[in-house]
Amino acid sequence: MKRKLEISELIFKVFSYTFLTVFALLCLYPFLYAVSASLSGRHAVEYQELIVFPKDIQFEAFAAMFTNNQFWNAYSNTLFLTIYGTIWSLGVSILGGYALSKKRLLFRKTFNFFLVFTMWFSAGIVPQYLNYLATKTVFNSVGIMDDKWLVVIAMGMAAMNIILLRNAFENVPSEIEEAAIVDGATEMQVLSKVFIPMSKSTIATVALFFAISRWNGYFWARQMISNANEQPLQVFIRNQLEQYTDLEQLGGWSAPYAPDSIIFALIVCSIIPILIIYPFIQKYFAKGANAGGVKE
Amino acid sequence: MKNRAGDYLILDKATGAYRENPEQAVRDDVEKHYWLHVGRTILKDWRLYLMLVPMLLVFLFWRYMPMYELLGSFKVDDVVKPVADQYFKGFSNFKGLLLGTGTFSTLSTEFWRAMRNTFLLSFYGLLFGFPMPILLALFFNEIKSDIVRSGLQVFTYLPKFMSTVVMTSLVIMLIRQGSSATGAPPGIVSQALAGLGLISQETAQNGLLKDPNYFRAIYQISGIWETAGYSSIVFFAAIISISPTSYEAAQIDGANKWAQMRYVVLPSILSTIVIMLITSIGSMLSIGYEKVLLLNEKFPTNHMTSEVISTFSWRIKADQNQSGLASAAEMMNNVVGMLLVIGANTIARKASNVSLY
Repeated sequence: MKRKLEISELIFKVFSYTFLTVFALLCLYPFLYAVSASLSGRHAVEYQELIVFPKDIQFEAFAAMFTNNQFWNAYSNTLFLTIYGTIWSLGVSILGGYALSKKRLLFRKTFNFFLVFTMWFSAGIVPQYLNYLATKTVFNSVGIMDDKWLVVIAMGMAAMNIILLRNAFENVPSEIEEAAIVDGATEMQVLSKVFIPMSKSTIATVALFFAISRWNGYFWARQMISNANEQPLQVFIRNQLEQYTDLEQLGGWSAPYAPDSIIFALIVCSIIPILIIYPFIQKYFAKGANAGGVKE
Repeated sequence: MKNRAGDYLILDKATGAYRENPEQAVRDDVEKHYWLHVGRTILKDWRLYLMLVPMLLVFLFWRYMPMYELLGSFKVDDVVKPVADQYFKGFSNFKGLLLGTGTFSTLSTEFWRAMRNTFLLSFYGLLFGFPMPILLALFFNEIKSDIVRSGLQVFTYLPKFMSTVVMTSLVIMLIRQGSSATGAPPGIVSQALAGLGLISQETAQNGLLKDPNYFRAIYQISGIWETAGYSSIVFFAAIISISPTSYEAAQIDGANKWAQMRYVVLPSILSTIVIMLITSIGSMLSIGYEKVLLLNEKFPTNHMTSEVISTFSWRIKADQNQSGLASAAEMMNNVVGMLLVIGANTIARKASNVSLY
């Protein structure tokens, strides 16, 4: 028998549905607007005539962007930073997290503190910047002239992610590890054949965190990469934004689309890859968010 | 009983005689040659220790070395020399920023302004940003259909995965100024706000971001848009793990919705709330410099309310190349931040036996 809803429960339920629908739509709206504005005609965008759906549809803004070499350049730089950056960060974190998960490791507490302290205290952006300049000199002196590699190696390591991996490895039953050692597996084989397969979902979560933060990275890439052709997409978007919003008088603008449409088209292009993989990965993010709240 | 060397002996029950304790002998040996044993253990297990090396090096070079650069805050600004060779000058950078003596008077005013803004942005972030995910989680719990709920959840998480650049670009475009030359109206959100009477038509036309009165609201609202959905996951997980029997028991006792919230839901998610609160207080002063910088770089008129310590020191470094002063400002910010983490953690541990570290 189903219990009748009390009046207070009913009010709360109705309110919940309404609130969440409105909130979800508001979360979505800026992206919808970006898509519409990138596809709308010049007059409609400049005079703010569209609200949700595109008006006077044109594809020239996208076409102009796709024929721009700088755009593809920036895109490939972002791919470079994301792929190599994720591999590097993930590799270092898996190795470190694995070693930290072992009870037999000497000075385990000290190493843990070494990590956790960086979550409490960070030097700040100016000292970090000076430090990057110093390490850049070192990199250049050993022959690594490409600033992208410095960004790959120095950036994006997060103590939290290593702790997530460490906790996952700690949960692997020690019997399985012992069995593997009895079978003559080396340390590396134990890690790759036992621990990594058994903590797949945490590793996927951490890899996605790294990949997203690399894809979205802006500030340090802008500061560290001196060659403009090596800048990633986020820096390109920002430069275009500054360039086009500085055009207060649009006298010299003759294209059939508004300058804003270019910015919106860029934004759309930069989030499309995330949107495509988003449905498949969002359950991992949910998992990661929960792990972050668990007492370490 | 001890032997001649002073080691403890044990009584061997079989023979009835005292003999040396082999375990104690090993323990004594380890104590005597501690570092030798450490070395031997590491050598025997070198593969495991080698795995730690890359991580330690990355953290050493790019997390701890910047802390060494902070020493520049005690030194004369000399861009040519590395920190180690600079002339030590004590606390004058700190004194100047805090007290504003002599040539520091304007800088000190700006420093205090930045400090105030940092505190206010964080404080409002806690006040408005922190309860929002909890509310969302409570509301999500009301939606019993999995498809509808996860559909809505997916939309609310989405902004979290956008980069700061994309997010701030959208903000800038949606509240952009109108043009007096062409008669173009301001951005669509500005228009909506002006239509609702929340801001004046003139402010909207001049550009909402240029008005220092609205920066804090813009920062908080965009922050909620960005993170509230994602942060609600943790609370939602805590709420759905409450056993249905708890609700049933409360209902039998005649508890209405509010009483259930108060006596069933709230106590169950309290520890999650405390942990998340510690984390938020801990990161209070590490206001996202990227977001602030992207929102105020092109709008110097809003610096009155938007400049925070990290962007303030970044500007001192970029405009005047005074890295010592900039480091001093960041040092103070970071030390206060660390005290906040430790303080919040201690209070939480005392009050509810939940602690993060």
